[in-house]
Order: sequence, then C-alpha cells, then structure tokens
Amino acid sequence: MAYKHFILVCGGTGCESSHSDEIYKELIANAEAMGVKDDVQVVKTGCFGFCEKGPIVKVLPDESFYVEVKPGDAKEIIAEQIVKGREVKRLLYKDERQKDRIKVEDIDFYQKQYRIVLRNCGIINPENIDEYIARDGYAGLEKVLTSMKPDDVIEELKASGLRGRGGAGFPTWRKWMFSKGVPADQKYVVCNADEGDPGAYMDRSTIEGDPHSVIEAMTICGYTVGSSKGFVYIRAEYPLAIERLKIGLRQAREYGLLGDNILGTGFSFDIEIRLGAGAFVCGEETALLQSIEGNRGMPIPRPPFPAVKGLWGKPTIINNVETWANIPVIITKGASWFAKIGTETSKGTKVFALTGKINNSGLVEVPMGTTLREIIFDIGGGIRGGKKFKGAQTGGPSGGIITEEFLDLPIDYEALTSLGSMMGSGGLIVMDEDDCVVDVSRFYMEFCVDESCGKCSPCRIGTNQMHAILVKITKGQGTMEDLEKLEKIGLAMKKAALCGLGQTAPNPTLSTIRRFRDEYVKHIVDRQCSAGKCKDLVVYSIDKTKCIGCGLCARKCPVNCISGDKTQKYTIDASKCIKCGECFKACKFSAVVKK
Amino acid sequence: MAKMTLEQLRKLREEKKGDMVRRDVEGKNIQIIVGMGTCGIAAGAKQTFDEIVKVVDENKMTADVIIRQTGCMGLCHVEPTVEIVMPGMPATIYGKVDVPTAREIVIKHVVGKTLVENHIYDRPAVDIVKK
Amino acid sequence: MVNAKINGIPVQVAEGTSILDAAKKVNVRIPTLCYNDDLPPWAACGICIVKAEKNPKMLRACCTPLEEGMSVITHDPEIVQVRKTVIELILSTHPDDCLQCPRNGSCELQTLAAEFGVREQPFEKRLRDLPIDTSTGSLILNPDKCIRCGRCVLVCQQMQNVWAIEFLGRGESTRIAPAADVKLAEGPCIKCGQCAAHCPVGAIYENDQTKEVWDALMKGGDDAKTCVVQIAPAVRVALGEEFGLEPGSLVTGKIYTALRRLGFDMVFDTNFSADLTIMEEGTELVKRLTDFLGGKNKELMPLITSCCPAWVDYMEKYYSDMIPNFSTAKSPQQMMGAMIKTFWAEKTKIDPKTIYSVSIMPCTAKKWECGRNDDMRSSGSQDVDVVLTTRELARMIKQAGIDLVNLPEEEADSPLGPYTGAGTIFGTTGGVMEAALRSAYYLITKEDLKDVNFTGVRGISGIKEARIHIKDLEVRVAVAHQMGNIAAVLEEVRKAKAEGKDIPWHFIEVMACRGGCIGGGGQPYGATDEVRQKRMRGLYSDDEKSTLRCSHHNPAIQYVYKEFLGEPNGHKAHELLHTKYKKLELYK
Repeated sequence: MAYKHFILVCGGTGCESSHSDEIYKELIANAEAMGVKDDVQVVKTGCFGFCEKGPIVKVLPDESFYVEVKPGDAKEIIAEQIVKGREVKRLLYKDERQKDRIKVEDIDFYQKQYRIVLRNCGIINPENIDEYIARDGYAGLEKVLTSMKPDDVIEELKASGLRGRGGAGFPTWRKWMFSKGVPADQKYVVCNADEGDPGAYMDRSTIEGDPHSVIEAMTICGYTVGSSKGFVYIRAEYPLAIERLKIGLRQAREYGLLGDNILGTGFSFDIEIRLGAGAFVCGEETALLQSIEGNRGMPIPRPPFPAVKGLWGKPTIINNVETWANIPVIITKGASWFAKIGTETSKGTKVFALTGKINNSGLVEVPMGTTLREIIFDIGGGIRGGKKFKGAQTGGPSGGIITEEFLDLPIDYEALTSLGSMMGSGGLIVMDEDDCVVDVSRFYMEFCVDESCGKCSPCRIGTNQMHAILVKITKGQGTMEDLEKLEKIGLAMKKAALCGLGQTAPNPTLSTIRRFRDEYVKHIVDRQCSAGKCKDLVVYSIDKTKCIGCGLCARKCPVNCISGDKTQKYTIDASKCIKCGECFKACKFSAVVKK
Repeated sequence: MAKMTLEQLRKLREEKKGDMVRRDVEGKNIQIIVGMGTCGIAAGAKQTFDEIVKVVDENKMTADVIIRQTGCMGLCHVEPTVEIVMPGMPATIYGKVDVPTAREIVIKHVVGKTLVENHIYDRPAVDIVKK
Repeated sequence: MVNAKINGIPVQVAEGTSILDAAKKVNVRIPTLCYNDDLPPWAACGICIVKAEKNPKMLRACCTPLEEGMSVITHDPEIVQVRKTVIELILSTHPDDCLQCPRNGSCELQTLAAEFGVREQPFEKRLRDLPIDTSTGSLILNPDKCIRCGRCVLVCQQMQNVWAIEFLGRGESTRIAPAADVKLAEGPCIKCGQCAAHCPVGAIYENDQTKEVWDALMKGGDDAKTCVVQIAPAVRVALGEEFGLEPGSLVTGKIYTALRRLGFDMVFDTNFSADLTIMEEGTELVKRLTDFLGGKNKELMPLITSCCPAWVDYMEKYYSDMIPNFSTAKSPQQMMGAMIKTFWAEKTKIDPKTIYSVSIMPCTAKKWECGRNDDMRSSGSQDVDVVLTTRELARMIKQAGIDLVNLPEEEADSPLGPYTGAGTIFGTTGGVMEAALRSAYYLITKEDLKDVNFTGVRGISGIKEARIHIKDLEVRVAVAHQMGNIAAVLEEVRKAKAEGKDIPWHFIEVMACRGGCIGGGGQPYGATDEVRQKRMRGLYSDDEKSTLRCSHHNPAIQYVYKEFLGEPNGHKAHELLHTKYKKLELYK
C-alpha cells in the first residue's frame, strides 16, 4: 500500500543542531501511537536551504511548509494533519510582507530559485539509495556505460558549457579531455569537498542531502577518463556529510554501482574518503592533492596541471562538489537542456550561501545571470530591520564587495571578475549601513593571515603586513601613505603569490579601497568610523539636555564608568569606557550619543 | 541486496518512482483533493482516498497528479467529497464518492476529461473556474 | 623543440625547458631567490615572475615551461616594482644585522637588495625571536634569519633523503626546524651540511671554529702547542674560488705555504692518509673477496666504503643491518689524526698531549667525526682536535692578509705529506673506488696495471656501475653519491640477500654529497654541477700529473708500514686505523 502522506524533516547540519532528529523520532512515534504509521512516511532529508527558519518540516502532498518546528509540535502535526487533514496553521511560514502564513510555492525564497544541484535536497532521504535511484539517480551512469563512448561524454560536457564551480570557472570538459589524453597506468578522480570560505556551506549541504549525486558523477568521470580510483577529500569538521557519504558509498557498493564490474559492464571504479584537517589552503587543488598524498598541505606550482600530473604524479581530475552534482543531470537531461539555463558564457545555476544582514539567510540556487538584486531582495527578503544595503561580498576572502550600483548586473563568472570580485565557491555575505568596510577588510585579511600556508613570501608576509596596516587604520592610527602601501602590497600579492588564495587575498581590501575610498579616508583623516564598528574611533557621551537622570545607562554599564544622579545628570568617564555600546542601546531618550 | 545488473537497476527505479513522484510538486497540474474532515472519514473518505491513489497509479498518472486532503469543506451531507482541479476542465466538486465512484471519477474525469454527471455536487459555471 | 620569444628575442629550446633556463640561453638574467640549480623549483619566493602575452597573471619563470609561440617579457617597470615589493616584504621579516652575519658578502638576499636599490624599508619590521640550535657542533640553525625559501628542506628530504628538517607551523609562524621539533642533534641529521651549502642567507651555517685555531696558534710559553694541520683532497680544488680563481684551480702548494704562514708547525696532507686508507681498505677488500669467492663469510660482502662520516651516520641510522658490510677502515682524516699523535709524535719525541691537530675539510660532518667514538682517541686523547671547513680556512687566510693567489708553492712535510694520484682522487665520487681498484689489482695479481684509469666510475651521474676485470676475475662495483641516491643501491643488495640471490655488486662506494667531497657541505658557496665537474677535473689533473698513481707505490706509505705499522690489516694497523659501528636510533 502506498503512503498517502509524506513528512519531510530537514536533516541538514543547521536543522539537526536545532533538534530536527528529535522531531523526526517524535513524528514516527506519534504516527505509530495514533495508528497512522501505514499512511505516512516520515523521511529525513538533506537541507532545504531555508536555514534562517529551521528546523523545517514539510508535509506532502499538502505542501505544508512548517518552520521553526519543535519536537513538541510532532504530536499536533500527526493528530491534526495526518489524522484529520488539517494543516497546523501556526507552524506555517509567515511572510514578512504579506503578514500571512503561506504555502511553500508562494514563498519568495523559493520562487526565483532553480534547483539542479540541490534537486534532491529536501526531497529524498539521503541515506536511502532507492530514493535517489527513483529520482533518475544512476540513470546518467547507466546511460554513459551503455550508450556513450568516453569522447561522447566529453562532447556532452562541452556542449553543456559546464564550468568548475569552485573558483575561477575552468571549463570542466577541458580538464577531462586533458586527463583522458594522457596515457597512464593509473588515473585518479578527486572530489574537493574542503569547503572553507567563512559562511559558505553549499558543498556540505549537497553531500548531506544528496551524496549519491557526487558518487555517480565521479564514477561517470572515472569511465570517461579511464580511472578506477576516486577520492573525496572532505574536512573532518563535516561529520554529518562524512557519515552520509559513507552510507552512500556502502549502498552503492552493495548495489554494484561502485566496485568491480559495475552493473555487469566490466567497468570498475571505487571511491575512498580522505579527511582534511580544515586548512583553508587545502581547498586549493594542488595543496589538496599534496594533503591526500600525506604531505604538508602546500600548493605546488602549476603547470603541470593535476589533469596531466596530479596525485602521485598521475593524471587527476579534481572538481568540487557542486560541479560534480551537476553532471548526472547533464547526462540524463542532455547538454542542450543545461545550456539553455544561464548566460552566454556561464551555463547552469549557482548555489549561494546567503548570509549576513539579510532576512532569509540560507542556501539558494539560481540560474547564472540572476541579478544580485533578485537574490538579495526577492529571495533573501531584503535587508534585515529595513536598513540600507551597503554591499555584498562574493567569493569569501578571495572576493570583493559589490556595491549598490551593480545590483542589477546579471551575475556570472565574467561579471564578478570585472567587478574585482569572483564567483569563488559561492559565499554571499550581505552588508548594511552598520557595517564598516575597513573592518570587513580587516576581518577577511585576518582570515587569510590565519590560513596562509606560509610557503610563498608574497602571501605569507603580505597578508600580515596588510593586516597590520588595516588594524592601524581601524585604530585611528593610519596615514594616507598606508593606503598606498596597501595597494602596493596588494599588487605584489596578486602578481607574485603562488596560489589562488594568495593571489586573491588582497581582493576585499583592494575592492573596498576602490569603491569606498572616502570611508578609508574618513578613518585616517577624521579618525571616524561612520558605521561605529571600529571601537577605537567611537566615543560615547551623554547629552545633558536630553538626559533625565534615570540612571539606566549606569546600571547597564559593565565597567561602571557612568556616574551621576538625578540632578547632576550622568556622565561617561571616557578613559574607562570599553565602548561596548550597552548604554547607547539602553537609553530610551537618545541621550547617549555615539560619535 | 546483491549487486545489480542494468535491468535490475531499471526495474528498481520504476518500482520506487511512484513514491518519489508523489512527493514532487513541480510540473504537476492536476489536483485531487479529498475532504478528510471527521465527517468525511466517517463517511468512508479514507477508502476513497486509497482508491484514488490506486487508480491514479494504475493509470500511470502519478507524475501529473497531486492527491491531497483537506479538512471539512462544509458539505457534510454529501461526504465523502472530492474536488478536482485541472487544466482544460472546470474545477469540480463531487459528492458521495464511494470507492467505485472514486475509480469512475479518476478514469472519466481525470483521464478521460469528461465530467461524471451523477456525482457533481457543484458544477461550476465557467466564470467561477478557479485561476 | 619549442620556438618562442623572450623580450622579443627569438629562442628555441627543448620542450619542457623553463622560462628561466630559456632566458639564460639568450643572455637574459631573471632574478631568483628560492630557486637553486640542484633542486626542483619550489616556487616560494615570487621574485622570478615574468609576463606572458595574453596571460593576465604573472608566471614564475623557474617552474613554468616555455611554450610554443609564447612571448615573454621578463623586465618592465611593473614587474620590477612587484619584485622590489616582494624583496621589501622579505626584508621586513629579516634582521638587519648584516655586518655580524656569517653570510655577509655571500648572502643572496643582500645581493638582491643591492641590485634592486632598496634604500628604505617601507613596511613594519616583524621579527621573530627563536632559539638558535647549536646542538650538532657542526651546523648552526638560526631560524630568525630564515626566509623560508625551502631549499634546505628540499635538500634534506629530496636530495639527501635524510628528513632531518621540515617546515613547522603555518602562515607567518612557518619555520624550518628539525623534524618533530627536536634539537637537530636529536634527530636523523647526518651533518652533511648540504642545507648550509644551499641556504641563501645566514640561517644555516657551519659552526665556525677559527677562533679556537687562532687561540692555539697564538699560545706560547708553557702552554705552547705544536700545531699540526692536514688538508683534505677536495680543499685544493675549491679554496681558490674564495680568492677569485676558477673552480677546479689546483692550489695545493699555495695552501701549504699559507698554512705555514698562518703559523702551523707541520703541514701534512690527508692525501697521504688516503693512500693509507687504500692499503687498509684494499687489503680488506681482497680478503673479503677471496673469502667470498671461496664460499667463506659470504655475509660480509659486498664491502661498502666508510670514508664519508655523513654516510657512516646515515648507515648507522637507516641501514644498520649492513654494519657487517662496512669497511672497518677509518677515514683518511682519522687515520692521519692517529698517525700524527702516535707515529709522528713518537718519531719526533713530542708529547702527543702538546700536539694540536687541525684538519681542513670540505665537510661539516668531519667536525662531528673527530669525536664520533672512542676509536677517534687511539692516541689516548682526541686524535684530531678541531676541524675547519674550506670556507673557514679561507676566512683565516683573508684575516691574515695572505694573498693566496700569488703565493709561492711549497711542499708538504714528510713523512705524512707525500701522496699519489690515487690519494688525491679520494675527493671526488668514484675516486675511492678507483684508487682501491688500482691497488686491489696489484694485491691480487702482484702485477701493476698498465692503464690505471677506471673511467667507468667517474662522472657526475648519481649511480655508476662497472664490471672490472682483474685477470679472469670479474669484480662488480657500484658508486653512489648524493645521499638520496643510496637507497636504490642498498635496497637492491637487501633484496638480493633476502631472496638468496648473488649479490649485485662486490664493492660499493658511497659519498653523501653530490659529486663527492668536492661538493661537500663545507666548500665555497655556489656549487652547481658545472662547478662540481670543474673541481673534479682539477683532482683528476692532479692525479694525471702525479708520477705515482697507485697508493702502494707511495714510498712514504711503504716507509710507515715498515717502520711502524707492520702489515696492512695487521695488529697495530687494526688498533690505530680501524673502527667499529653501532645501530643508532633516528631520534634520541
């Protein structure tokens, strides 16, 4: 007997950390208790992407989209919806603007998305290979093994226009062709799942929600280039993704979709997991391969490119998770279908991890060519608290800040590069008027200081010197000459650093100096931070004409530097003030002034 | 599970597709809504629902049809009620849909695109066709 | 072949040639810092960047192959500015104590800074304060000076296969340190000094002991010492480089003169004791070979040379299972040390305790060897008191204001001075083998060779094999130099023994440094294969011009056996000229 209802419970890392597993168990227990366990299938899925409102529970076929569900809500969901057919209205997502609880198809967050990579996330149980298979899973592999020659696969990828999603957007088919063309007794296929940009989690969610899409794609690649061995390099901080991947590999092997003589076709391929210790530089492909070999994770010069000479000197295809996840669909649905999506030079979709000062943070997948405005204001629901948009950082510590004037530019690889940023792996951090660009640059540079591997001098020393200068400026000790130094070091790093990490590390700083020069100058010349972020530049004082002497500020002050009384009014001892801003927030009469 | 052959993989995919397709919403444009309020259930709506699922499956229309339930439509006297919304047909509410009627409605209305006269509770005029 | 243009100049090179090498062909010099001819490009420093047409990025000339049709620009204002900024960045983490630095005047960073006209340091000084490692007594690690070019790590791991030094830490705190962060002497370091020879700055250098020697030379009155010195074969073809002479220039006689002018009382030559080594080791070879062919003591073959202290250290750590195969003969330095304080002291009636014995070596491991074990005290006190490298001797000569180039040539003192051509070629890879074969031929056949040249074991290639015919006996030999090449040879021996097969070679010569001692870790900086080959030719020319070219022909050798030692491998010889080995752990 087929199930009448399906309850999908998000099992992504975000929702799991807010007890989605308990919700899942409660739902099953209640369904059993109320005698409807044969009517409803409770499924734990991968990430829905709408992480802002997690844990997410979706009931099908009613498409009730419940947000911020608690384990205690399980009983009501079963009793009301499954038994009686009534939606639990109070749990439905409530749109900020419509002020009404609405269904999933009406949620703006999902309206402009187009899901290829995340096609199965939030729909299937990632721990059940049957569900993947049912959604045309391994149909791509089947097609390739039975009806395509390796050259056909490469032609198909070429026609699709797929480019690497991990950074600079190198055409995937060319890598594969290089590797295929090199005669070797062993070749390797590697999945780069060492996602390390601050705020980015596309790859983690893809593996958590749909591990087989990566396994299938790597196997297709193995067939195409003539490799029998794959590695997934994944950071140890992703335990759930690792677990799902292990389950996926085991199931695929049991089904004969991995291992010797796959599907009886004579083709053999298997995949091993290699755990990374979380060094950002190991996302750089040559450093990653070094790490797999057991060496210190440091980039080595290219050429030779890994496709020609990679792991243990053998031809090695290395693509990131998102790139892999596209491939089975391209094979099953065809290159021409894929090539219709996107822009002239960038085909398909891109997954972004939307975070920062935005109403709906989460994972979004949009066709290439979608504008930032659509992503931030339509999908993301605009800036939190109705504040003013200041900029969006793409490409993490390697990217630049994109300002309002470019909000309507269709996004693809070339567009972002032309703006001094880059696609990167897909982090998208939104900033509002309260963010200080100097402080943001300092933050990213600090990240690069920590993550520089230390091999090449431009990056090792350059990041530190730039960071020191940025710190100086945020402390109000900068000089105009420092701006020149930043640009000088930035140029040297862009030109002379060995790997992508070092070459792009100056991007956030250089792009903000270009677009927000006045803000830097204000920090340097006026010793002021308009956003109030740079604590050393902020001074709190009390406007006696507004102070009514209530003393709330003094009570809130953690260092007791505010004194006074009803008649005298209150004053702040600036020498002791730690600039925490508690008084500013506490005062109901706007008497505390921040300058 | 032993290692599979190509044929076994295809067979497994076909077998499992039903459930998965029903979970999917995209691209489905036929909705069959069964009134599953207390009144409906008392009148046999559960059996009706099961039959609809079965017949839709038999006719290989799972990919196009969303079968969902709703609460009481306020038509207690004609329960079980089934509403069908699909392109090319007016939105129609059938009343007193028992198991055989459910089968007839799916075959005639959904597959054959003809109304099942005897059970129409509300035959909407063209001007009130939804959407 | 690929055709391309560099700065508009057409150039044709073999496929795979780097832009750096291609540029040299058309006389374009691209500055480098981390790159070294001996090592694969590590691409760390960022100095050698160039532009290629239609490529928005700058490329590293050291590791980017020239491609067909490429148009490369090696110098334009932007490139020069970027290079200069990188140098300024490196200087911001490098101490400014050039005047006190052991590399003052030979520092590659200093040279670059001078070339680029660095006149100010625009960036904040970010220095570290890390402890200096003096644990080995041979080499000193000063991590504060390190520019993290990676050369020493590549040398130690890839060239030498020793794995004593490694990168530790990340980012700015990346440092080069003994692996596992122990003291250098507590790890697998073999003191070969190739790290120091390749370090572009003053981060790794030899333990300078010139002051001790000056002190001994200056002592007078009751404390006065009889200062005796020996010079190793390889020193005579390299020291001249420090005084502007071509590599390979033979300055033996000038060195004798200089040493006397420095104040040494007696000047002996390690080449003499190299001949002595041949007598001992050659006799040992003939004995073991005869036994082996007669089915006796088969486990003692192949015989492996033991003149190189870094190799001895390596073997004791990595191949201690082969200790029985090691020649028990001491190295020439230690044989000379023993002879000076026993035979010569007796003969001249000088109390050995008042003798101060100095040796001049191309080698940093020799500083360690003179105190290796009790066998190095066969005279009752330490046989060799102090070891100076070629570089240290050059410094002393300069300090003494001696114009080496224009010195008259003198002779070494007898009887520990005269040497044959066989002794002098000890300084190059293949030389010990060749010298031993010359005498082994005689020892076996009692006849002398007509042609003493065994060219099959000469040359710079890392592993050399030859089959030598001594009448109807075929002797299989192998010569390996540069520590990283040794494993392949020894593994083959291990394999054959494990499988019970005939050993692949009867006699194996090993030297730790590329090219042998002429490429030693204590030699003048800047050794490349070209320089090494010139030094080798210097030694072979010394051999060729010698009237005596076999150790057993050396009358001084015959004399010491007759007067003092008795028979080669005899009782006295064993007491003074042989040693023992023991297994060492990699980490203490």
